[in-house]
Amino acid sequence: MRWEDATRWMGTMVLLGVASLSILAVLFIFYFIAKEAIPFFAVRGFREFFTSPEWYPSGHPPRFGTAAILYGSALVTLGAIVVAVPIGLSAAICLSDLLPFAVRQAAKPIVELLAAIPSVAYGFFALVVLAPLLQTRGGLLFRTVVWAIGAPVGAILALMLSQTISLRFPARWQRGAGLVLLAGLGLAAWALLRSLAGRAGQLTVESGTNALNASLILGIMALPTVVSVAEDALQAAGREIREGSYALGATRSETLLRVVLPASLSGLAAAVILGVMRAVGETMVVWMASGNAAQIPRPWYNVLSPVRTLTATIAGDMGEADHVTGSERYAVLFAMALTLLVFSLLCNLVGEWLVRRSHRRWSGG
Amino acid sequence: MNWKTIGTATTVAALLASGKTNAQEKIVIDGSTTVGPIAKAFAEYYMERNPGVAISVSESGSGNGAKSLINGACHIATMSRAMKENELAAAKEKGVTPMAHVVAMDGIALIVHPSNPVQGLTLEQVRNIYKGLVTNWKELGGPDRPIVVISRDTNSGTYETFEELVMKKEKMSEKTEYVGSNGAIRQRVLTTPAAIGYVGLAFMEGVKALTINGVEPSAETVVAGTYPVARPLFMYTNGKPEGHVAAFLGLKDTKDGHRLIEEIGFVPLRPKVAEMPKTP
Repeated sequence: MRWEDATRWMGTMVLLGVASLSILAVLFIFYFIAKEAIPFFAVRGFREFFTSPEWYPSGHPPRFGTAAILYGSALVTLGAIVVAVPIGLSAAICLSDLLPFAVRQAAKPIVELLAAIPSVAYGFFALVVLAPLLQTRGGLLFRTVVWAIGAPVGAILALMLSQTISLRFPARWQRGAGLVLLAGLGLAAWALLRSLAGRAGQLTVESGTNALNASLILGIMALPTVVSVAEDALQAAGREIREGSYALGATRSETLLRVVLPASLSGLAAAVILGVMRAVGETMVVWMASGNAAQIPRPWYNVLSPVRTLTATIAGDMGEADHVTGSERYAVLFAMALTLLVFSLLCNLVGEWLVRRSHRRWSGG
Repeated sequence: MNWKTIGTATTVAALLASGKTNAQEKIVIDGSTTVGPIAKAFAEYYMERNPGVAISVSESGSGNGAKSLINGACHIATMSRAMKENELAAAKEKGVTPMAHVVAMDGIALIVHPSNPVQGLTLEQVRNIYKGLVTNWKELGGPDRPIVVISRDTNSGTYETFEELVMKKEKMSEKTEYVGSNGAIRQRVLTTPAAIGYVGLAFMEGVKALTINGVEPSAETVVAGTYPVARPLFMYTNGKPEGHVAAFLGLKDTKDGHRLIEEIGFVPLRPKVAEMPKTP
């Protein structure tokens, strides 16, 4: 009896120790980064660091304003989300609920293969292929994208709207009204798309290494994470709830949109957050693809302008920053790392909170 | 302990000792991406003639090369600038005495896309482009296109030399893009019609090099001192070099060494030609 207790206690302690290791690692990372970063804030304060867009670490005198760099990081990350989330979630839904089982078994590993490509290869692609392409064929590319996204979305919207509205007509006119509405809406969508595509076609890209380039590549890099985690979440929602929904007479789309998606919301949120974290922390690609100009784009939403990010700055400036004498130029990089770490932590906490909230909602607590 | 074990022990010791003399001597070289190609060409040449020597060449930037030498992680630091005061101070603190050897001269060429009609600029105009005062090629007699200004990253020796020789310590425009290597700048300029960038003379292939103050960037003008954006390239050792390291550095004064330097696109320093120094 005593022996068993002791063994159990020992086992618990060993497991606790192992589990604490990762927590300790995080704490140590926090401690050492803060240790190097705090002297910087102590000497130069917070104001310049967070509000000034002037980044001249080797200037005379040096300027350590990171507002433009923070903005660049945010812009590139947001862009990556815009690319990765719609594509990733659609792909996950398609894989989990629409494609036959055999296809899913084959397709998912291929998507996950994207994660195995080293980031410097992505960066090289961005620099050597995508950047010149944006410069020479930018307008054509944008026009194609507008049509490729706009045409199916417009067609689906026109179909759905014309169907819904035609249901309000008396039964014998429904068919005719539906057709007229469909033609009208389709024509309107086509005209709108045409003008949009025309405008997109006018855009010229002076410098192909810019926020858009980095966002596109980061979005693609985040895809395997988003697809994989989201697909797992959709699968985890279970067969029972889908069958229950069908049994109550719901169609496939109703089941998907009203039952499966809400049920797996927490997992989908986790997929998005993990994808975002991948984009925020990536260094090599943004260093090669974003242009590294420490400026706030004008106008502020101009993704065709080169930007600089936190990670690329830390990586690019570390070599010359003199750590022998512990200069400000060295400490400021740690101040940036600390900012990045705090941001990641906040992201994680928000994610955690979202996940918990949706759990509560679905367990009815 | 019996005689057999003692016998074995002696054999092992003898093997170890002989192994030590036969073992490859290693020379580790680290530093500038500009000087790197010289070090690599020298290394290939030297290892061919001295099979017992293994030379490894890394290119992590002049600053990292200096750090490496100070920390005792390399035998030769290649640098495209002289060591700075604080680096020398740090070296002294660690008991390292850096000794500079000028291996060649390097001119920094201002390069543009081959389709750009602009032939030359003054140093002042280049400075104004990088300061962001001149923003369109039409102000310089070119087409009506915004200039895409590309610089090396602040971590590179090329940047520091450019900052000193051209910028005169004035700030670059916030619009300036930064790129991690000479090759990457060439790549960007080669594919961007409105770009301007600066690289070592070895990286002008395929792009158009501008004349500066009317002088073309070339080996002759750099040695003659007429080309305004030129600098010496260094290899640093800890104290006076000895043995293979000294012989390796001696290559810079040989006929073959000059040929190797010229093949890469740099300019050998002295016309005096020595024979390949005897290997120790």
